Amino acid sequence: MGTLWTLFISFIQVGLFSVGGGYAAIPLIQEQVVQNHKLLTMAEFTDLITIAEMTPGPISINSATFVGQRVYGTLGAVVCTFGCILPSFIICLTLAYFYYKFRKFSGVQTVLGALRPAVVALIASAGLSILVLALFNTDFNNIVLSEFRGLEFALFIGGFIILRKYKVSAVSIILGTGIVGTILQMIINAI
Amino acid sequence: MKKNRLWKLFISTLTLSAFTFGGGFVIVSLYKKKFVEELNWLDEDEMLDISAIAQSSPGPIPVNASVILGYRIHGILGSIVAVFGTIIPPFVIISLISIFYEEFKSNHVIAIALQVMRAGVAAVILDVVVNLGKNVIKTKKVLYIIVMIVAFIATYFFHLGAMYTIFFCIGIGLITVLLDYRKEKKNGNSMDSVH
Repeated sequence: MGTLWTLFISFIQVGLFSVGGGYAAIPLIQEQVVQNHKLLTMAEFTDLITIAEMTPGPISINSATFVGQRVYGTLGAVVCTFGCILPSFIICLTLAYFYYKFRKFSGVQTVLGALRPAVVALIASAGLSILVLALFNTDFNNIVLSEFRGLEFALFIGGFIILRKYKVSAVSIILGTGIVGTILQMIINAI
Repeated sequence: MKKNRLWKLFISTLTLSAFTFGGGFVIVSLYKKKFVEELNWLDEDEMLDISAIAQSSPGPIPVNASVILGYRIHGILGSIVAVFGTIIPPFVIISLISIFYEEFKSNHVIAIALQVMRAGVAAVILDVVVNLGKNVIKTKKVLYIIVMIVAFIATYFFHLGAMYTIFFCIGIGLITVLLDYRKEKKNGNSMDSVH
Protein backbone atom coordinates (compact mmCIF):
# COMPACT_ATOMS: atom_id res chain seq x y z
CA MET A 1 0.00 0.00 0.00
CA GLY A 2 2.86 2.34 0.92
CA THR A 3 4.53 1.61 -2.42
CA LEU A 4 1.35 2.37 -4.35
CA TRP A 5 1.01 5.70 -2.57
CA THR A 6 4.65 6.56 -3.35
CA LEU A 7 4.05 5.70 -7.01
CA PHE A 8 0.92 7.82 -7.10
CA ILE A 9 2.56 10.87 -5.49
CA SER A 10 5.69 10.54 -7.69
CA PHE A 11 3.69 10.57 -10.89
CA ILE A 12 1.41 13.39 -9.77
CA GLN A 13 4.63 15.40 -9.54
CA VAL A 14 5.76 14.24 -12.98
CA GLY A 15 2.39 15.27 -14.41
CA LEU A 16 2.34 18.58 -12.58
CA PHE A 17 5.86 19.78 -13.29
CA SER A 18 6.50 18.54 -16.82
CA VAL A 19 5.51 21.66 -18.72
CA GLY A 20 6.17 21.60 -22.45
CA GLY A 21 5.63 17.89 -22.86
CA GLY A 22 7.79 15.15 -24.33
CA TYR A 23 11.44 15.36 -23.52
CA ALA A 24 10.95 17.96 -20.81
CA ALA A 25 9.52 15.17 -18.67
CA ILE A 26 12.54 12.84 -18.89
CA PRO A 27 14.81 14.42 -16.24
CA LEU A 28 11.81 14.78 -13.97
CA ILE A 29 10.89 11.12 -14.28
CA GLN A 30 14.50 10.15 -13.71
CA GLU A 31 14.65 12.20 -10.54
CA GLN A 32 11.44 10.71 -9.13
CA VAL A 33 11.92 7.14 -10.21
CA VAL A 34 15.69 6.52 -10.11
CA GLN A 35 17.06 8.98 -7.54
CA ASN A 36 14.31 9.73 -5.04
CA HIS A 37 12.51 6.43 -4.77
CA LYS A 38 14.89 3.93 -6.37
CA LEU A 39 12.01 2.24 -8.22
CA LEU A 40 14.17 1.52 -11.31
CA THR A 41 17.93 1.19 -11.88
CA MET A 42 19.61 3.57 -14.31
CA ALA A 43 19.92 0.74 -16.87
CA GLU A 44 16.20 0.00 -16.61
CA PHE A 45 15.48 3.68 -16.96
CA THR A 46 17.54 3.87 -20.16
CA ASP A 47 15.59 0.89 -21.50
CA LEU A 48 12.40 2.69 -20.59
CA ILE A 49 13.36 5.80 -22.57
CA THR A 50 14.30 3.63 -25.57
CA ILE A 51 10.91 1.92 -25.49
CA ALA A 52 9.07 5.18 -24.92
CA GLU A 53 10.72 6.66 -28.01
CA MET A 54 9.94 3.65 -30.16
CA THR A 55 6.30 3.26 -29.22
CA PRO A 56 3.34 5.58 -29.70
CA GLY A 57 1.98 7.71 -26.88
CA PRO A 58 3.29 10.47 -24.61
CA ILE A 59 6.60 9.72 -22.88
CA SER A 60 5.26 10.42 -19.39
CA ILE A 61 2.29 8.05 -19.84
CA ASN A 62 4.62 5.39 -21.24
CA SER A 63 6.97 5.83 -18.27
CA ALA A 64 4.13 5.75 -15.77
CA THR A 65 2.85 2.48 -17.20
CA PHE A 66 6.34 0.93 -17.42
CA VAL A 67 7.39 1.90 -13.90
CA GLY A 68 4.04 0.83 -12.44
CA GLN A 69 4.20 -2.55 -14.19
CA ARG A 70 7.75 -3.20 -13.05
CA VAL A 71 7.17 -2.19 -9.45
CA TYR A 72 3.61 -3.29 -8.69
CA GLY A 73 2.10 -5.04 -11.72
CA THR A 74 -0.99 -3.83 -13.56
CA LEU A 75 -2.48 -2.16 -10.48
CA GLY A 76 0.74 -0.17 -10.15
CA ALA A 77 0.53 0.84 -13.80
CA VAL A 78 -3.03 2.06 -13.35
CA VAL A 79 -2.12 4.06 -10.24
CA CYS A 80 0.94 5.68 -11.91
CA THR A 81 -0.95 6.56 -15.09
CA PHE A 82 -3.84 7.98 -13.10
CA GLY A 83 -1.45 10.09 -10.99
CA CYS A 84 0.27 11.35 -14.13
CA ILE A 85 -2.93 12.59 -15.80
CA LEU A 86 -4.71 13.95 -12.71
CA PRO A 87 -3.03 17.40 -12.69
CA SER A 88 -3.52 17.72 -16.48
CA PHE A 89 -7.15 16.85 -16.14
CA ILE A 90 -7.95 19.42 -13.44
CA ILE A 91 -5.87 22.23 -14.93
CA CYS A 92 -6.98 21.77 -18.55
CA LEU A 93 -10.63 21.41 -17.63
CA THR A 94 -10.41 24.75 -15.81
CA LEU A 95 -8.62 26.38 -18.74
CA ALA A 96 -11.14 24.91 -21.21
CA TYR A 97 -13.98 26.39 -19.17
CA PHE A 98 -12.44 29.86 -19.25
CA TYR A 99 -11.44 29.57 -22.90
CA TYR A 100 -14.98 28.80 -24.03
CA LYS A 101 -16.39 31.49 -21.76
CA PHE A 102 -14.15 34.30 -22.96
CA ARG A 103 -12.95 33.40 -26.42
CA LYS A 104 -15.56 35.50 -28.23
CA PHE A 105 -14.26 38.75 -26.70
CA SER A 106 -12.43 40.85 -29.27
CA GLY A 107 -9.36 41.38 -27.08
CA VAL A 108 -9.01 37.64 -26.50
CA GLN A 109 -9.48 37.05 -30.23
CA THR A 110 -6.67 39.49 -31.04
CA VAL A 111 -4.26 37.74 -28.67
CA LEU A 112 -5.23 34.30 -29.97
CA GLY A 113 -4.88 35.64 -33.53
CA ALA A 114 -1.21 36.40 -32.94
CA LEU A 115 -0.74 33.03 -31.26
CA ARG A 116 -2.19 30.81 -34.00
CA PRO A 117 0.52 31.37 -36.64
CA ALA A 118 3.08 30.41 -33.98
CA VAL A 119 1.24 27.16 -33.30
CA VAL A 120 1.32 26.42 -37.04
CA ALA A 121 5.09 26.98 -36.90
CA LEU A 122 5.41 24.64 -33.90
CA ILE A 123 3.52 21.91 -35.73
CA ALA A 124 5.69 22.43 -38.83
CA SER A 125 8.82 22.19 -36.72
CA ALA A 126 7.66 18.91 -35.13
CA GLY A 127 6.88 17.59 -38.61
CA LEU A 128 10.29 18.49 -39.99
CA SER A 129 12.01 16.82 -37.03
CA ILE A 130 10.14 13.59 -37.71
CA LEU A 131 10.85 13.83 -41.44
CA VAL A 132 14.58 14.26 -40.85
CA LEU A 133 14.47 11.35 -38.40
CA ALA A 134 12.69 9.22 -41.01
CA LEU A 135 15.09 10.13 -43.84
CA PHE A 136 18.42 10.19 -41.97
CA ASN A 137 17.70 8.38 -38.69
CA THR A 138 19.14 11.32 -36.75
CA ASP A 139 18.45 15.02 -36.03
CA PHE A 140 19.18 18.00 -38.26
CA ASN A 141 22.60 18.84 -36.76
CA ASN A 142 23.91 15.31 -37.25
CA ILE A 143 22.73 14.64 -40.81
CA VAL A 144 25.10 12.51 -42.85
CA LEU A 145 24.05 12.78 -46.50
CA SER A 146 25.28 9.29 -47.38
CA GLU A 147 22.88 7.91 -44.75
CA PHE A 148 19.91 9.10 -46.80
CA ARG A 149 17.12 6.50 -46.82
CA GLY A 150 15.50 6.31 -50.24
CA LEU A 151 12.73 3.95 -49.19
CA GLU A 152 11.46 6.28 -46.48
CA PHE A 153 11.68 9.19 -48.90
CA ALA A 154 9.54 7.32 -51.45
CA LEU A 155 7.01 6.40 -48.74
CA PHE A 156 6.88 10.00 -47.56
CA ILE A 157 6.29 11.41 -51.06
CA GLY A 158 3.77 8.67 -51.87
CA GLY A 159 1.88 9.23 -48.62
CA PHE A 160 1.82 12.99 -49.13
CA ILE A 161 0.48 12.73 -52.70
CA ILE A 162 -2.28 10.33 -51.60
CA LEU A 163 -3.22 12.68 -48.75
CA ARG A 164 -3.45 15.70 -51.06
CA LYS A 165 -5.41 13.87 -53.77
CA TYR A 166 -7.82 11.70 -51.82
CA LYS A 167 -9.69 11.97 -48.55
CA VAL A 168 -7.87 9.33 -46.54
CA SER A 169 -7.45 9.21 -42.80
CA ALA A 170 -4.14 9.80 -41.06
CA VAL A 171 -4.26 6.35 -39.49
CA SER A 172 -4.60 4.55 -42.84
CA ILE A 173 -1.61 6.47 -44.23
CA ILE A 174 0.60 5.68 -41.23
CA LEU A 175 -0.50 2.05 -41.14
CA GLY A 176 -0.15 1.80 -44.93
CA THR A 177 3.42 3.13 -44.95
CA GLY A 178 4.16 0.77 -42.07
CA ILE A 179 2.98 -2.33 -43.94
CA VAL A 180 4.28 -1.40 -47.42
CA GLY A 181 7.57 -0.10 -46.00
CA THR A 182 8.23 -3.17 -43.86
CA ILE A 183 7.61 -5.55 -46.77
CA LEU A 184 9.81 -3.52 -49.15
CA GLN A 185 12.60 -3.17 -46.58
CA MET A 186 12.59 -6.92 -45.93
CA ILE A 187 12.78 -7.59 -49.67
CA ILE A 188 15.68 -5.11 -49.96
CA ASN A 189 17.45 -6.77 -47.02
CA ALA A 190 16.97 -10.20 -48.61
CA ILE A 191 18.53 -9.07 -51.91
CA MET B 1 -27.26 10.81 -31.18
CA LYS B 2 -25.25 12.19 -28.25
CA LYS B 3 -24.22 8.73 -27.20
CA ASN B 4 -23.09 8.18 -30.77
CA ARG B 5 -20.88 11.25 -30.57
CA LEU B 6 -19.24 10.12 -27.34
CA TRP B 7 -18.53 6.72 -28.87
CA LYS B 8 -17.06 8.36 -31.97
CA LEU B 9 -14.93 10.61 -29.73
CA PHE B 10 -13.65 7.59 -27.83
CA ILE B 11 -12.84 5.56 -30.95
CA SER B 12 -11.18 8.54 -32.65
CA THR B 13 -8.91 9.43 -29.73
CA LEU B 14 -8.14 5.72 -29.23
CA THR B 15 -7.04 5.08 -32.83
CA LEU B 16 -5.15 8.37 -33.18
CA SER B 17 -3.33 7.85 -29.90
CA ALA B 18 -2.23 4.39 -31.08
CA PHE B 19 -0.43 6.04 -34.01
CA THR B 20 1.11 9.06 -32.33
CA PHE B 21 4.83 8.65 -32.74
CA GLY B 22 6.90 11.70 -31.84
CA GLY B 23 6.18 14.76 -29.77
CA GLY B 24 2.98 16.45 -28.70
CA PHE B 25 2.44 18.41 -31.87
CA VAL B 26 2.11 15.22 -33.86
CA ILE B 27 -1.19 14.40 -32.17
CA VAL B 28 -2.33 17.96 -32.70
CA SER B 29 -2.00 17.54 -36.46
CA LEU B 30 -3.78 14.18 -36.34
CA TYR B 31 -6.60 15.77 -34.29
CA LYS B 32 -6.81 18.63 -36.77
CA LYS B 33 -7.21 16.20 -39.64
CA LYS B 34 -9.81 14.09 -37.84
CA PHE B 35 -11.95 16.55 -35.89
CA VAL B 36 -11.70 19.62 -38.15
CA GLU B 37 -11.34 18.21 -41.67
CA GLU B 38 -13.18 14.88 -41.42
CA LEU B 39 -15.83 15.30 -38.72
CA ASN B 40 -16.28 19.12 -38.78
CA TRP B 41 -16.77 19.13 -35.02
CA LEU B 42 -14.77 22.29 -34.47
CA ASP B 43 -13.12 24.97 -36.56
CA GLU B 44 -9.47 25.36 -37.38
CA ASP B 45 -8.86 28.38 -35.13
CA GLU B 46 -10.32 26.52 -32.19
CA MET B 47 -8.01 23.57 -32.82
CA LEU B 48 -4.98 25.89 -32.87
CA ASP B 49 -6.12 27.57 -29.64
CA ILE B 50 -6.57 24.17 -28.01
CA SER B 51 -3.04 23.24 -29.13
CA ALA B 52 -1.59 26.38 -27.57
CA ILE B 53 -3.42 25.78 -24.28
CA ALA B 54 -2.39 22.10 -24.27
CA GLN B 55 1.24 23.04 -24.86
CA SER B 56 1.31 25.69 -22.14
CA SER B 57 -0.30 23.52 -19.45
CA PRO B 58 1.60 21.01 -17.35
CA GLY B 59 1.40 17.33 -18.30
CA PRO B 60 1.51 15.37 -21.54
CA ILE B 61 0.24 17.41 -24.51
CA PRO B 62 -1.97 14.66 -26.02
CA VAL B 63 -3.76 14.25 -22.67
CA ASN B 64 -4.14 18.01 -22.27
CA ALA B 65 -5.50 18.36 -25.80
CA SER B 66 -7.96 15.50 -25.22
CA VAL B 67 -9.27 17.09 -22.01
CA ILE B 68 -10.09 20.36 -23.79
CA LEU B 69 -11.35 18.69 -26.96
CA GLY B 70 -13.56 16.32 -24.95
CA TYR B 71 -14.92 19.22 -22.90
CA ARG B 72 -15.85 21.03 -26.11
CA ILE B 73 -17.64 17.99 -27.58
CA HIS B 74 -19.51 16.79 -24.49
CA GLY B 75 -18.55 18.61 -21.27
CA ILE B 76 -16.75 16.86 -18.43
CA LEU B 77 -18.01 13.44 -19.54
CA GLY B 78 -16.50 14.15 -22.96
CA SER B 79 -13.16 14.99 -21.29
CA ILE B 80 -13.16 11.72 -19.39
CA VAL B 81 -14.02 9.71 -22.50
CA ALA B 82 -11.35 11.45 -24.62
CA VAL B 83 -8.66 10.98 -21.96
CA PHE B 84 -9.46 7.29 -21.64
CA GLY B 85 -9.24 6.92 -25.41
CA THR B 86 -5.86 8.65 -25.35
CA ILE B 87 -4.23 6.69 -22.55
CA ILE B 88 -5.48 3.17 -23.28
CA PRO B 89 -3.21 2.49 -26.31
CA PRO B 90 0.10 3.49 -24.65
CA PHE B 91 -1.02 1.74 -21.47
CA VAL B 92 -1.70 -1.56 -23.23
CA ILE B 93 1.34 -1.37 -25.52
CA ILE B 94 3.81 -0.53 -22.74
CA SER B 95 2.29 -3.11 -20.39
CA LEU B 96 2.84 -5.81 -23.02
CA ILE B 97 6.34 -4.61 -23.82
CA SER B 98 7.40 -4.43 -20.18
CA ILE B 99 6.57 -8.15 -20.00
CA PHE B 100 8.13 -9.15 -23.35
CA TYR B 101 10.93 -6.61 -23.34
CA GLU B 102 13.79 -8.84 -24.53
CA GLU B 103 11.75 -10.28 -27.41
CA PHE B 104 10.63 -6.79 -28.38
CA LYS B 105 14.14 -5.34 -28.40
CA SER B 106 15.56 -8.06 -30.63
CA ASN B 107 12.67 -8.28 -33.13
CA HIS B 108 13.82 -6.99 -36.55
CA VAL B 109 10.38 -6.73 -38.12
CA ILE B 110 9.16 -4.43 -35.33
CA ALA B 111 12.29 -2.31 -35.65
CA ILE B 112 11.76 -1.91 -39.41
CA ALA B 113 8.04 -1.15 -39.04
CA LEU B 114 8.68 1.53 -36.42
CA GLN B 115 11.34 3.15 -38.62
CA VAL B 116 9.33 3.24 -41.88
CA MET B 117 6.14 4.44 -40.17
CA ARG B 118 7.88 7.73 -39.39
CA ALA B 119 7.69 8.53 -43.11
CA GLY B 120 3.90 8.20 -42.95
CA VAL B 121 3.68 10.39 -39.84
CA ALA B 122 5.82 13.05 -41.56
CA ALA B 123 3.53 12.96 -44.63
CA VAL B 124 0.42 13.49 -42.48
CA ILE B 125 1.99 16.43 -40.64
CA LEU B 126 3.15 18.04 -43.88
CA ASP B 127 -0.39 17.71 -45.27
CA VAL B 128 -1.86 19.42 -42.20
CA VAL B 129 0.84 22.11 -42.17
CA VAL B 130 0.21 22.96 -45.85
CA ASN B 131 -3.48 23.55 -45.09
CA LEU B 132 -2.77 25.57 -41.94
CA GLY B 133 0.02 27.61 -43.52
CA LYS B 134 -2.16 28.46 -46.52
CA ASN B 135 -4.82 29.85 -44.21
CA VAL B 136 -2.32 32.01 -42.32
CA ILE B 137 -1.09 33.45 -45.62
CA LYS B 138 -4.71 33.97 -46.75
CA THR B 139 -5.30 36.34 -43.81
CA LYS B 140 -2.87 38.66 -45.66
CA LYS B 141 -1.76 40.01 -42.29
CA VAL B 142 1.96 40.65 -42.53
CA LEU B 143 2.37 40.37 -38.74
CA TYR B 144 0.91 36.85 -38.72
CA ILE B 145 3.07 35.66 -41.61
CA ILE B 146 6.20 37.07 -39.97
CA VAL B 147 5.27 35.47 -36.63
CA MET B 148 4.86 32.12 -38.38
CA ILE B 149 8.22 32.27 -40.17
CA VAL B 150 10.19 33.61 -37.21
CA ALA B 151 8.61 31.09 -34.81
CA PHE B 152 9.49 28.26 -37.16
CA ILE B 153 13.13 29.32 -37.48
CA ALA B 154 13.45 29.92 -33.73
CA THR B 155 11.94 26.54 -32.87
CA TYR B 156 13.54 24.33 -35.46
CA PHE B 157 16.98 25.84 -35.95
CA PHE B 158 17.58 27.52 -32.60
CA HIS B 159 15.66 25.02 -30.45
CA LEU B 160 13.74 27.73 -28.64
CA GLY B 161 11.27 26.05 -26.26
CA ALA B 162 7.66 26.06 -27.47
CA MET B 163 6.61 27.73 -24.22
CA TYR B 164 8.80 30.76 -24.92
CA THR B 165 7.40 31.06 -28.43
CA ILE B 166 3.84 30.92 -27.11
CA PHE B 167 4.39 33.47 -24.35
CA PHE B 168 6.24 35.77 -26.73
CA CYS B 169 3.29 35.67 -29.13
CA ILE B 170 0.82 36.30 -26.32
CA GLY B 171 2.95 39.38 -25.61
CA ILE B 172 2.69 40.49 -29.24
CA GLY B 173 -1.08 39.90 -29.08
CA LEU B 174 -1.45 41.97 -25.90
CA ILE B 175 0.53 44.85 -27.43
CA THR B 176 -1.75 44.73 -30.48
CA VAL B 177 -4.82 44.88 -28.21
CA LEU B 178 -3.36 47.91 -26.40
CA LEU B 179 -2.56 49.70 -29.65
CA ASP B 180 -6.07 49.00 -30.99
CA TYR B 181 -7.56 50.28 -27.75
CA ARG B 182 -5.55 53.50 -27.88
CA LYS B 183 -6.50 54.04 -31.50
CA GLU B 184 -10.17 53.56 -30.67
CA LYS B 185 -9.92 55.90 -27.72
CA LYS B 186 -8.27 58.54 -29.86
CA ASN B 187 -10.98 58.20 -32.52
CA GLY B 188 -13.59 58.33 -29.76
CA ASN B 189 -12.08 61.56 -28.37
CA SER B 190 -11.95 63.29 -31.73
CA MET B 191 -15.60 62.33 -32.28
CA ASP B 192 -16.46 63.85 -28.89
CA SER B 193 -14.73 67.10 -29.71
CA VAL B 194 -16.83 67.41 -32.86
CA HIS B 195 -20.01 67.37 -30.83
